[in-house]
Amino acid sequence: MLSYALRRLVTAVPTLFVIITVAFFMMRLAPGGPFDSDRALPPEIEKNIAAAYDLDKPLFEQYLIYLGRILRGDFGPSLKIRDFSVGELIASGAPASMELGFSAILLALVIGVSLGTLAALRQNSGTDFSVMSVSMVGIAVPNFVMAPLLSLVLGVYLDLLPTSGWGSGELRYKVLPVIALALPQIAYVARLTRGSMVEVLHSNFVRTARAKGLPPRSVIGLHALRNALIPVITTIGLQVGVLLAGAILTETIFSWPGVGKWLVDSISRRDYFVVQGGLLLIAGIIMLVNLIVDVLYGLINPRIRHN
Amino acid sequence: MLLRSFRHAVVGVGLALAFTGAAQAEKVLRVGNDGEPQSMDPHYISTVQTSRLSDDMIVGLLTYGQDGQPIPGAAESWTISEDGKTYTFTLRDHVWSDGTPVTAEDFVYAWRRLLAPDTGAEYASLLYIVKGAEDVNTGKAGPETLGVEAVDARTLKVELTAPAPYFLAQLAHQTAFPVPKHAVEKYGRDWTKPENIVVNGPYILTEWQPKVQATLVKNDKFYDADNVAIDKVIYYAMEDRTAMQKRFRAGELDLARDIASEQIDWLRENMADSLRIAPYAGTYYYVFRSDKEPFTDARVRKALSMAINREVITEKVLRTGMLPAYSFVPPGTANYGEPAYADFKDLPYGDAVKQAKALIEEAGYGPDKPLKITLRYNNAEDHKRIAVAVQSMWKQIGVEADLFNTDGKIHYADLKQGDFQVARAGWIADYNDPQNFLFLMESKSGPINYSKFNNEKFDGLMAEAEAVSDLGQRAKILHDAEEVAMDGQPVAPIFYYVSKQLVSPKVIGWVDNAPDKHPTRFLDLEQ
Repeated sequence: MLSYALRRLVTAVPTLFVIITVAFFMMRLAPGGPFDSDRALPPEIEKNIAAAYDLDKPLFEQYLIYLGRILRGDFGPSLKIRDFSVGELIASGAPASMELGFSAILLALVIGVSLGTLAALRQNSGTDFSVMSVSMVGIAVPNFVMAPLLSLVLGVYLDLLPTSGWGSGELRYKVLPVIALALPQIAYVARLTRGSMVEVLHSNFVRTARAKGLPPRSVIGLHALRNALIPVITTIGLQVGVLLAGAILTETIFSWPGVGKWLVDSISRRDYFVVQGGLLLIAGIIMLVNLIVDVLYGLINPRIRHN
Repeated sequence: MLLRSFRHAVVGVGLALAFTGAAQAEKVLRVGNDGEPQSMDPHYISTVQTSRLSDDMIVGLLTYGQDGQPIPGAAESWTISEDGKTYTFTLRDHVWSDGTPVTAEDFVYAWRRLLAPDTGAEYASLLYIVKGAEDVNTGKAGPETLGVEAVDARTLKVELTAPAPYFLAQLAHQTAFPVPKHAVEKYGRDWTKPENIVVNGPYILTEWQPKVQATLVKNDKFYDADNVAIDKVIYYAMEDRTAMQKRFRAGELDLARDIASEQIDWLRENMADSLRIAPYAGTYYYVFRSDKEPFTDARVRKALSMAINREVITEKVLRTGMLPAYSFVPPGTANYGEPAYADFKDLPYGDAVKQAKALIEEAGYGPDKPLKITLRYNNAEDHKRIAVAVQSMWKQIGVEADLFNTDGKIHYADLKQGDFQVARAGWIADYNDPQNFLFLMESKSGPINYSKFNNEKFDGLMAEAEAVSDLGQRAKILHDAEEVAMDGQPVAPIFYYVSKQLVSPKVIGWVDNAPDKHPTRFLDLEQ
């Protein structure tokens, strides 16, 4: 198992290298530079600034310098917020992003699993149909439509919650972004749980448990649900990539001060190193989560062994 | 008698309680700032949103007063030589927040650092008026050649290349701030971190959470700390104007430094007691690429400028109190007088359109050969609305304009490279002087002269004004220069900016002013 994990880590290196390279050159090819603003700088000053960040060197040399920095664990400086390095900016945005991501996953699991189980237990009833059709809408409506819609209805028309922003970190600022990000996941988890649960409920061990005369609560809670959740847990790991993409949009729409908002703002500011560092971080997280899921899957399912 | 003593005692206790109560209640000013600060290091600041914080933390030789005008700051007095080129400042006896005295050496160190090429300071050129500054900044001479000298700990001598009446006003700008030599040398790049920062102004940074907020608290070692009422000021970084407005309405902010302009009617109706709209030292304009066909012909530039109905744009399109502009320098600019207006200022719009049409036809365009151009603007709702309006105004004189919009970075990169025909631009003054506007059309100004305007008469007048120390005479020469520019119309001024903000009625001491400077040290809060 360890050797499998190590092997996967080693094969991740070329992928990360490709991502670094693509991010680097894509940013430099974008028209307009980090220091273009409504005040055109005198050429000599532009030269000084470029030199201060090695931006005056040939592109390939800059690329090598950047690679060298990455190897030393230095993601470079921010060109727009000069008192912070990219590492510090990511560290300052990470807690907010993680809070958003974890809250959304947790919410998705709790509500999704409950709804899915409910639908499975009342298969083909009105409850089942309504849960499934609502969740279909949840999956079909993309995050970037749902988020502004929620903000408009709950924030502007009903005036129940703040439309966006972070405030001083109060809970009410966090409700809408978390719901917006969690909704598609809730729908996804509910459908998955229902399908898996229906299958498990018809399996022999459940029938046996019922025949033994176990109360329904322990049949479902102890036996059926535990087994029904295996595919849910493994897929939620794979959903992290989708969640991250959603988080970037959600953070931007709700002005949430996380890594995703940094990334989007920094693209329009041409803050080269922040964008490159952010992409590398996201790629790294997705790869790591996938690795963990694969390893876990091997542990949970004895039919799969990584030798 | 007994009763009287008792009364006295009661009053005394009451007063004492009231006093301690007042002393204990911390006064916190919560500001919605319409942008994220860039840096707490004055040498790396180029946005007004950032300068609001640095103005609260560091005091230059001069500093902004309650009305935004420069007042003595770190310097208590100064003398100017007869030729207007040598300034000698006497520093106030005051200390940095760690107790170290502020010395003339801190200024020499700061200015040399600002101009050193490897600092890479965006705004270094603002001090080019100091002797040797340009050579130092371009690496042609060492920092020791800069015309600034610490005669003794409290005497600073500065030599200029030309008598510049705006020099004193420039000294209140963050580029001319001192930096604490001892702290910068000790901590290097990290000297502005909350745990290391040392300031000489009324407030000091205690926390900075990027994208969220920066907190400044009162610096008890500030020389005028006794007159500073607000104990703490929190700057919330809020780019979303609508969100900022909502928080202001909810009473979570005392100041909102910008408004969502599209909601102006609603604000006028519902929040009139908080809405502050005041003239702001800046001009919104369209620039013509004057060295490229068809805009090499001054008649074409003038015709297009004449056909813009500025009153419709300010009163119908924007409706935020902007004033129509017929000059490049806004009225009310210091060391000036009435600006030189374009000659069509008082022409009724109908006549202006007729004359514009005649000019365009004279230049060889007409129904058979319509003038086709591209008008560029950077993405923003207001820019778009103005461009659409101007497009239809130009149609009346037979000009077909295509609209082309891009994001800000691309827009300004193309403007700098001259890759446009007509484009939207704007200028907010760095210091209150007509030169700070007119230099944008000087041929020697390089890329910021977007129009590539190259007019010998204009350049000659600007150079002449630079050498004159008599204020009245200088104002007249600059006025003549602007007249040349308004006749040639390398730029079509559209409106003068206004500052738009929400100020809670609880805030005391707020004075609307054209530089839009409102140092927290002069504000107070009704409890």
